[in-house]
Amino acid sequence: MEMNMNIEVKQNKDFTVNEMAEIKVRTSQLSVYYGKFRALTDINMEIHDRKITAIIGPSGCGKSTLLRSFNRMNDLTPSAHVEGKIELDGEDIYGKNVDVVDIRRRIGMVFQRPNPFPKSIYDNVAYGPRLYGIRQRNHLDGIVESSLKQSALWDEVKDKLHQSGMSLSGGQQQRLCIARALAVQPEVILMDEPASALDPISTLRIEELMHDLAKSYTIIIVTHNMQQAARVSDFTAMMMIDETRSGRMIEYNTTNIIFTRPQDKRTEDYVTGRFG
Amino acid sequence: MTTTSYSELLKKGVERRRVSRKGTNGFMLTLTGALTVLALIPLFWIIGYVFYKGGSTLNLAFFTQLPKPVGMTGGGVLHAIEGSLIVTFLATIMAFIPGVLAAFYAARNPNTVLGIGLRFSTDVLSGVPSIVVGLFAYALIVKPQGHYSALAGGVALAILMVPTIIRTTEEMLKLVPTNLREASLALGAPEWKTSISVLLPAAMDGVITGVLLAIARAAGETAPLLFTTLGNERFDLGTIISSGVTNHQSIIQILGRIFSSPIDSLPLTLWKYAGMPYPERVQQAWGVALILLILVLATNILARVWIEIRKRKLRG
Repeated sequence: MEMNMNIEVKQNKDFTVNEMAEIKVRTSQLSVYYGKFRALTDINMEIHDRKITAIIGPSGCGKSTLLRSFNRMNDLTPSAHVEGKIELDGEDIYGKNVDVVDIRRRIGMVFQRPNPFPKSIYDNVAYGPRLYGIRQRNHLDGIVESSLKQSALWDEVKDKLHQSGMSLSGGQQQRLCIARALAVQPEVILMDEPASALDPISTLRIEELMHDLAKSYTIIIVTHNMQQAARVSDFTAMMMIDETRSGRMIEYNTTNIIFTRPQDKRTEDYVTGRFG
Repeated sequence: MTTTSYSELLKKGVERRRVSRKGTNGFMLTLTGALTVLALIPLFWIIGYVFYKGGSTLNLAFFTQLPKPVGMTGGGVLHAIEGSLIVTFLATIMAFIPGVLAAFYAARNPNTVLGIGLRFSTDVLSGVPSIVVGLFAYALIVKPQGHYSALAGGVALAILMVPTIIRTTEEMLKLVPTNLREASLALGAPEWKTSISVLLPAAMDGVITGVLLAIARAAGETAPLLFTTLGNERFDLGTIISSGVTNHQSIIQILGRIFSSPIDSLPLTLWKYAGMPYPERVQQAWGVALILLILVLATNILARVWIEIRKRKLRG
């Protein structure tokens, strides 16, 4: 199947899903309900350690719902409940003895709009560590510096750590939010359209940053931007709604295959821009 | 043919509309401008008149001395200034924490029975005449205790302040983006921690403004104080404190004496002096009115300056 596309796909070995050994997160028969409405149906996917997995699909197909079920943010919606399983390193995160605080520390999140707290840059990054009882100044100083360095913001803010986080530009604010998430040493980072509110240059910086972060973290990103999914991700999951308006995963494979030889006609139509 | 004539008609219509539109616009602009000036006249009239009548009364003694016996000139209203500060302070302390906490609850659980009930009762409470609130505080505190007190006045004013504080705080909390709250929860923060260290700072400008406005309102209330603090021309904070210190009383005991004695306040003094048959007292009533006006204006200005400073700080 030859497709006419101008999309540049991230170059990596054309592995198959089965060849990849390390599975960080696994969902099995995952369904999410809001009241009686079934927003997600039977999602099965394996997310690979220290890879970037993109979730794509048209608006309203449940991408964000899926992302938010990985760190139990759906718990905050009173009517929501979950069936099936999500395992982090083999342990069900919706299990009875699981501490949701621990899950949220291990699975961090970056939101669509940059949302620094109305505090100084330093206090934004130190917020998470302080929650876990880190109080010593020299400890915190080190965490703040290394987190900001990892999010490629250190050089721009090292002389104004005590200015408000709100005084930064949009792209800088988003990198501050990434640093804030990194400061509690998560294993997985969820990103909900992290660049959709940013200009192209800031977007590029965030994408480069994701590439660097994937060396140490597992990243799951929801994006509306096909080129972005193709550029940054190793794996891509394609979602769509079925006739009951419930979100389903219709195809999941390496990004290379999804963008060059998709098995499903709907995926092909979507990634080539014929609909969506 | 029809198209040409139609477009000509359209052109004429547009021209006609332009003429009438400009006329209407000018008329309405003049009308609204004139009405704005009309609405502002009473405000400046009141301020100007109170300054004119009361300005001459103000001198250092007016602020620092207790009243002289009726019929004598001179003396001041220190007792009323102290009383107003004490009663308003008590009311603010009592209203602030319950008001802010209730607002947090209402903002987070708007559709629960308690949340709806809270909003409804806040509406009702803010519409209750202040004299009824005074009567309530009388029955609740003055009657059982057997004497009027600053504490009873504080309770009455606190009840009047609570609706304003709940309402403004709730509105401000609603304006805080939900994803700010989610960002904190996503880091593993518990809900109470998120409320205190993220939501409250983000909403603080509005909360402070709301409290200041509630203070400004409560400080001008007279009716509820008639039933509760009664008035006390011999109230002297300095004497209570100095005699307390010489008798080695603890701070708690001194505060107890202050809060449990009948006390005066600026609006109460204004009301009493203005009705007296002594010209010196009536003249002093204007002075009290001026102090009250300045206090309320200052509180309002303070609220606005506070917002401006906080905004600049947030911008960096």
